Amino acid sequence: MSSATGIGASVLRKEDIRFITGKGQYTDDVNRQGQAHAYFLRSPHAHATIKKLDISAAKKAPGVLDVLTGDDLAHDKVGGLICGWMIHNKDGSPMKAGAHPALAQGKVRYVGDHVAVVIAETYSQAKDAAEKIIVDYGVLPAVVDMNTASKGPAIHDVASDNVVYDWHLGDKAATEAAFKNAKHITKIDLVNNRLIPNAMEPRAAVGDYDAGTEVFTLYTTSQNPHVARLVLSAFIGIAPEHKLRVIAPDVGGGFGSKIFIYAEETVCVWASKRVGRPVKWTADRTEAFLSDAHGRDHITHAELATDDKGKILAFRVKTKANLGAYLSTFSSCVPTYLYAPLLSGQYDIPAIYVEVEGIYTTTAPVDAYRGAGRPEATFVVERMMEKAARELGMDPATFRRKNFVKSFPHQTPVIMCYDTGNYTASLDLALEMADYKNFGKRKKESAKHGKLRGIGFSAYIEACGIAPSAAVGSLGAGVGLWESAEVRVNPVGTVEVLTGSHSHGQGHETTFAQLVSDRLGIDINSVAIVHGDTDKVQFGMGTYGSRSGSVGMSAISKALDKVIAKGKKVASYALEASEKDIEFKDGRFSVAGTDKSLAFGEVALQAYIAHKFTGAELEPGLKEGAFYDPTNFTFPSGVHICEVEIDPDTGVTSIEKWTAVDDFGNVINPMIVEGQVHGGIAQGIGQALMEGAHYDKDGQLVTASYMDYTMPRADNLPSFQIGMTNTPCTTNPLGLKGCGEAGAIASPPAVINAITDAIGHENIAMPATPQAVWMAIQASSTKIAAE
Amino acid sequence: MYAFSYHSPKTVRQAATLLGKNPDAKVLAGGQTLLPTMKQRLASPSALVDLGKAEGLSGIEVKGRNVVIGAMTRHADVATSAVVGEAIPALAALAGGIGDPAVRNRGTIGGSIANNDPAADYPSAVLALNATIITNKRKIPADQFFQGMFSTALEEGEVIVKVSFPIPSKAAYEKFPNPASRYAMVGVFVAKKGSETRVAVTGAGSDGVFRSAELEAALKARFNPKSLDGVKVKASGLNSDIHASSEYRAHLIPVIAKRAVAKATAK
Repeated sequence: MSSATGIGASVLRKEDIRFITGKGQYTDDVNRQGQAHAYFLRSPHAHATIKKLDISAAKKAPGVLDVLTGDDLAHDKVGGLICGWMIHNKDGSPMKAGAHPALAQGKVRYVGDHVAVVIAETYSQAKDAAEKIIVDYGVLPAVVDMNTASKGPAIHDVASDNVVYDWHLGDKAATEAAFKNAKHITKIDLVNNRLIPNAMEPRAAVGDYDAGTEVFTLYTTSQNPHVARLVLSAFIGIAPEHKLRVIAPDVGGGFGSKIFIYAEETVCVWASKRVGRPVKWTADRTEAFLSDAHGRDHITHAELATDDKGKILAFRVKTKANLGAYLSTFSSCVPTYLYAPLLSGQYDIPAIYVEVEGIYTTTAPVDAYRGAGRPEATFVVERMMEKAARELGMDPATFRRKNFVKSFPHQTPVIMCYDTGNYTASLDLALEMADYKNFGKRKKESAKHGKLRGIGFSAYIEACGIAPSAAVGSLGAGVGLWESAEVRVNPVGTVEVLTGSHSHGQGHETTFAQLVSDRLGIDINSVAIVHGDTDKVQFGMGTYGSRSGSVGMSAISKALDKVIAKGKKVASYALEASEKDIEFKDGRFSVAGTDKSLAFGEVALQAYIAHKFTGAELEPGLKEGAFYDPTNFTFPSGVHICEVEIDPDTGVTSIEKWTAVDDFGNVINPMIVEGQVHGGIAQGIGQALMEGAHYDKDGQLVTASYMDYTMPRADNLPSFQIGMTNTPCTTNPLGLKGCGEAGAIASPPAVINAITDAIGHENIAMPATPQAVWMAIQASSTKIAAE
Repeated sequence: MYAFSYHSPKTVRQAATLLGKNPDAKVLAGGQTLLPTMKQRLASPSALVDLGKAEGLSGIEVKGRNVVIGAMTRHADVATSAVVGEAIPALAALAGGIGDPAVRNRGTIGGSIANNDPAADYPSAVLALNATIITNKRKIPADQFFQGMFSTALEEGEVIVKVSFPIPSKAAYEKFPNPASRYAMVGVFVAKKGSETRVAVTGAGSDGVFRSAELEAALKARFNPKSLDGVKVKASGLNSDIHASSEYRAHLIPVIAKRAVAKATAK
């Protein structure tokens, strides 16, 4: 650690005073002069044609400014919402993407789909008026179950069998051949349950059109305001980019759900010109449940081939992924390129073959949610490893250790090239911290009290810092995935960093400032981090996929290099020395071998007063920008160990012990990293034990409120034991790998592996609610000797 | 929320008159169910008759061998009452476990009982303790009061004034919460007074709170957790939802009852 506020210091979060004293400024805190309010009439049916839509009475209702429908969108040539990643089928043909209008055009496809918007003086008036809209629906059968979706009525005309794509990755022939030589084959069937993101702050938007300048401003809950502007301009056609400003102020959690460009935000900004007034919308919680993009929702069959010594020979995986009723912004890549390339896990697997079918159903769109593809992959790999070890009669830790990748770089059979790692080190530390050797004693102690104790492992890997632009482009991405930064040094040496990353809980105002403090040797309070406004930050790709550190901070680091280089030039004039003799250390520019030096702030002043050099010699000022495009993904990894105790009388699972050992490479702020791990594990435990979106057979969302959707709470969680190992990433300047999603990726299989260990068989699905566990115990062929 | 007229009577008599004049009116007690329902536009009463300022509806006292609790007494007041804690600690504990602090500081015993939510805690105490519901018109024994989900013996214009709980010799409440809402998925109140043992189950019945004949029979001879070993409860008539099938609820009832009896007989 270079200082108390530099890299590696657990600096208290600079932003927290603002947040915990209620001084944050969220989208719903934005109120514009003359603002009107939007209320969306949503479909009560999962699947229906709109035979008649009569808005005449609603238009005349008190306070109503306008009622807009899909016809108005068409009239104004507003384009549909897009999916920005093209996936190709096995035969090379493109995926089948149905149109996704922001307001329904003749058909609704899930409960919550947008039928019309009422804009009125007050929210209540808008809601009252919406009740006066008469819709004559031609109800069609819902398509809820992925297994029978192909037999249902087509949700989109372009996909008659409701299959979006039929995609594959890996070497089928090599995999089949390896299976023929297998001594043992382990098979597993898994469901990765559908989750609803539940950010604390629901989505919101304020659209504001200035007729004088013809500029639209959209205040919105976004993780990537520049991407929102790009999509709203170039694809949806609201306005050209220079006439559209997107501001994402404080954002209260995203977990992926605020990456996407949704109907409501699009409609608010468009409607502000239609009605000539700013238009505001804030989702209520049920709207959030119904219309935020959901996560996960896979059905998978997997088989693992091993030899007679427990060495893995090949892995084959077949997955159906529910994509919902429309393709959300990045939905298509989540169960394909963010999933299948992670199926090698931490293991040296010679051959892998993966097939993925993306399925349309009449449910909310499914897209990236904390981990996005990697939790699904890790669940498959780590449930499989545990089951295979059990079938082979091997200790699950030993089986994993035997198959770990041990030399780097390692090219997997599924695209990825792992740059570095030390999986054995994480496993060793985790086993020690979890007191694995005494687990048997604890199990006996639990049995004495009539409880079933189990232990489960998860040795995860993830791919973060998405990613080299050229690489993702070759795989179908519609955008590049670099990041930008601009470092503005003020004449007195204070610094503003403009970043394309966006903080919505990650603590960038602190960690990014730590990097600047560390590199420039200035007080952390002399650094401001500016983000979330397309008029301030020139461009950026935003925050998701644990990329703000490895990509966003790398861009800042590059810009800081340029600032220091320019500072050396300025210092050479100010100190009347040769540029090559100028050294920069601990915030001072000095002439090597002399006592002549200037503080960073003094050099900044010299740069701006420009008295010691001419414009011909050097440009005045001190401001540098950089774009950083990574050369590879980063590969955080680790081992989590979960120990549970189950009450067989009720099926209640209590997590008794949680050990997390993570290798995030270098760490900027250990306290913030631990917080990210805690939150991630909480979400993973939520998935494993509690959360699950449930649609009934008619496509009604049963879990549309906290009465029925179980969020993890503090009393469901143990105190986590956190350990870290460190193999610095070799492909970015700071050696960072990313930590935002690791907990959510690692934890679900650890929980289920522990439960299956406790109950003595593999048949339990997530969420392992008390009822599910109780039923699994009833079904258990071998009653555990709890008595 | 839709528009409604608001009335704040000073007496129960005035309240009853107002209710008589406004057939679509609703009584507002603590509002912890009614107001959220109205906000969601699931209820649209023409008028609210707020009992908040009506005299003589709050307070806790011991009268003879009964604890008498005013209808507008908040859960938090019952939970922290020294009188209740001394006489019927199980009732104080039950009140302390309802909802969250905000609910406990607004919600009232009368409101909870009158609403008769099938997952509410209080109805089980009223039934197991054989309480008497005292209204502006009459006294209603617990066994006649609860008449199925969200349904009670209360007539039009009838307002609960207080609830009188006979002091038991032993009692306890145990609940197994719904994982999501944390309402009782199975809540069992057991009470022994003299030779009578009563067991009331909330959260589980498709018709709301009920007394369990099987469990009462098993505990009649000996009020001891072991008496419930092997006792089975039928699944028919029990709720079934995504959180718990009727079979699982049937299994949980004796398990939770046993824990309640253990709690009641501890010390």
